[in-house]
Amino acid sequence: MADFQIKKNPKKYDVCIIGSGAGGGMAAYMMAQAGIKTVLLEAGPMYDPKKNVTQMKWPWESPRRGASTAHRNFGDFDAAYGGWSLEGEPYTHKDGTKFDWFRSRMLGGRTNHWGRISLRFGPKDFKRKSIDGMGDDWPIGYEDVAPYYDRVDKLIGVFGSKENLPNDPDSIFLPPPKPRLHELIIKDAATSIGIPVIPSRLSILTKALPDNKDRGACFYCAQCNRGCQVYGDFSSSSVLVNPAINSTHVDVIANAMVREVLTNDEGLATGVSYVDKTDMQEYTVQARVVILAASACESARLLMNSKSARHPNGISNSSNIVGKYLHDSTGAAMGGILPKLIGRKRYNEDGVGGMHVYTPWWLDNKNLDFKRGYHIEYWGGMGMPGYGFGFGMQGLNGKYPGRDGKMKPAGGYGALLKDDYRYFYGATFGMSGRGEAIAREDNYCEIDPKVVDKFGIPVLRFHYKWSEEEVKQARHMKQTFAEIIDKMGGVVTWGNDGAEKDYGLEAPGRIIHEVGTTRMGDDPKRSVVNRYNQAHECKNLFVVDGGPFVSQADKNPTWTILALSMRASEYIIEEMKKQNI
Amino acid sequence: MDRRKYLKSFTVGAIGTGALLQSCAPGEKTSQVAPLNHDRTPEEKAHYEKLMSEKFFTEHEMKTITVLSDYIIPKDETSGSASEAGVPDFIEFIVKDMPHHQVPMRGGLKWLDLRCNKEFGKPFVEGSGEQQTAMLDQIAYPDQAKPGVEQGVAFFNLMRDLTACGFFSSKMGIKDLGYMGNTPNQWDGVPDEVLKQYGLSYDQRTLDISVKFDS
Repeated sequence: MADFQIKKNPKKYDVCIIGSGAGGGMAAYMMAQAGIKTVLLEAGPMYDPKKNVTQMKWPWESPRRGASTAHRNFGDFDAAYGGWSLEGEPYTHKDGTKFDWFRSRMLGGRTNHWGRISLRFGPKDFKRKSIDGMGDDWPIGYEDVAPYYDRVDKLIGVFGSKENLPNDPDSIFLPPPKPRLHELIIKDAATSIGIPVIPSRLSILTKALPDNKDRGACFYCAQCNRGCQVYGDFSSSSVLVNPAINSTHVDVIANAMVREVLTNDEGLATGVSYVDKTDMQEYTVQARVVILAASACESARLLMNSKSARHPNGISNSSNIVGKYLHDSTGAAMGGILPKLIGRKRYNEDGVGGMHVYTPWWLDNKNLDFKRGYHIEYWGGMGMPGYGFGFGMQGLNGKYPGRDGKMKPAGGYGALLKDDYRYFYGATFGMSGRGEAIAREDNYCEIDPKVVDKFGIPVLRFHYKWSEEEVKQARHMKQTFAEIIDKMGGVVTWGNDGAEKDYGLEAPGRIIHEVGTTRMGDDPKRSVVNRYNQAHECKNLFVVDGGPFVSQADKNPTWTILALSMRASEYIIEEMKKQNI
Repeated sequence: MDRRKYLKSFTVGAIGTGALLQSCAPGEKTSQVAPLNHDRTPEEKAHYEKLMSEKFFTEHEMKTITVLSDYIIPKDETSGSASEAGVPDFIEFIVKDMPHHQVPMRGGLKWLDLRCNKEFGKPFVEGSGEQQTAMLDQIAYPDQAKPGVEQGVAFFNLMRDLTACGFFSSKMGIKDLGYMGNTPNQWDGVPDEVLKQYGLSYDQRTLDISVKFDS
């Protein structure tokens, strides 16, 4: 180690952003618009769906027919690199609890894999403690965020329908696509038993945005998860980071794995140190303001690993709150077959990359045995075949009469079997609930005292348990799904889980909506950042990912991360102008 | 640009790029491993090349897989057989890519040969057509299988799954299945005759608020 040295980047920046997902991408975009000299550090490689193409490929172009791999956990054609485990970057668990952590180290981060479901939080979602006594209220309310939601809608684009629902505020919508066949059947069935089904709300351009020449309109290939070559959907790289780079005010350093935030004697941030993954050398970069947007858990990890005489317990952590109140959405699913769709007529029903209808939370918890709600997502139909197509035919083809109207034994081989795959194609469907869990102090991530990753950075250790509230919510989901499926005339083929399996409640982390680890509040003893995402104990440090969420709603977090990052960025720009930071 | 032209330009663009990437300049040396035509990280490329340099199944095993796959998906009036669609090569690749399939496949093939040897004194591929189908009839119908062949049933279920998914995700299989997507288009709802078939319709509000296409 004789030649060990830390290389200092000679350029001094006004702002240094860690992470290029929804939060970091928006911060970079805002800084670029304001002409602020910014450096954006990304722990993975550069990525541009126009150049890194997997869209419009056929299954046979993948030797594994699109199956997932250790390198792409959501499939060989998925845009997102990485997944539940990364080589050389472990995380650990405490007390036998479970938490699965999805990481995608690449430009755009996890916006390269998501359903583009773009829901605003409602007024109640910011004040849950006042409603049911559990968790905490946010220090801000819907009215504080609403103007930023409006601007995000216009900047990025989202389709949907005006519904005037009390806790599912409308966005400024592009027109939604018409429902698919199975979605019409679901809608009829569910609404007949009092469960609303409305157009979904996805950040996909069903019409080109009026003031944006860089992005084309959707051409209905159903492959948003592969990244869009015309930028017809939202991902942070194509919609936010690219324009930021083109502004010339923002430099991006890819493959920069940040080690810690550097602070001076006054405890203020001066920049960050990082390892360049391409040469494994150590670097520092200096900036007036540091913005963390590395994901809820990664930003918490950075704060806890940034120890100094002024911040002996990590930055903004004298209260010991960093990493606490970790919570992911709940998830449970069920699926089946719709006998009336067997042998259906073929046509192209790809549509957009996701559901065309969904169910927002529709009940009042006062009348239920659990707290907090969930929304329901639907899927099905004649999708593109790939790895896994037709698996388990022996569980299906013995249960229904064939094309000739006759029953036959399950399984088999030969021409009759071959025809069964055609016959049953497009008749299956599924639905899944995504609900709000309660943020609890004893669900957390912390630094494992014994384990480091391949860069020598101490890793996270998770401790997470669902409570009765979430289990009962999952039970309610399953009951609801079964009722809808019954009403549709469908048959449940999977997901009929009972109490012994916690009603199919997914392990924490699996829904990839984890938030809460650097929560916001007015009281520095009970929160990490203030209402402007500014660290209580380090005024030139901000966190703009999901970490500052006090509570996750029954909504997907991305639209709120974007709105809050935009809001925090404006505050940062103002405070810099006033020389307060 | 009007929407139809926009879609057309995209189609041409997409096909053009694909064709460029697939073709080689005259005299250019082609690498031994077919290059992949979609985004790959350096780690993925290295992994792919490593897998392609390895061979898992023996010649006899591949022969058995080929015969079995054609029993499962034979040629018919609509399309060709599993082996014509390249299913055996897909199975060879997938067991290297997913090592958890290796023991069930190798062991299952062995189980089958030993069983055939017991019943007609030859490995599966050397049996007559009648001997082979008599054997398959014992393990291809899980609900009717007699005690003692459960392992064969499990193997055949796996073999059926891999064969069918390999076939229907191939070019030939997708054409056979009639999947009509993966092409730029305008989704304007379920075709009228299909709505009629199921006695469904779009309500007026849905028609009013949904995206409309100008061409």
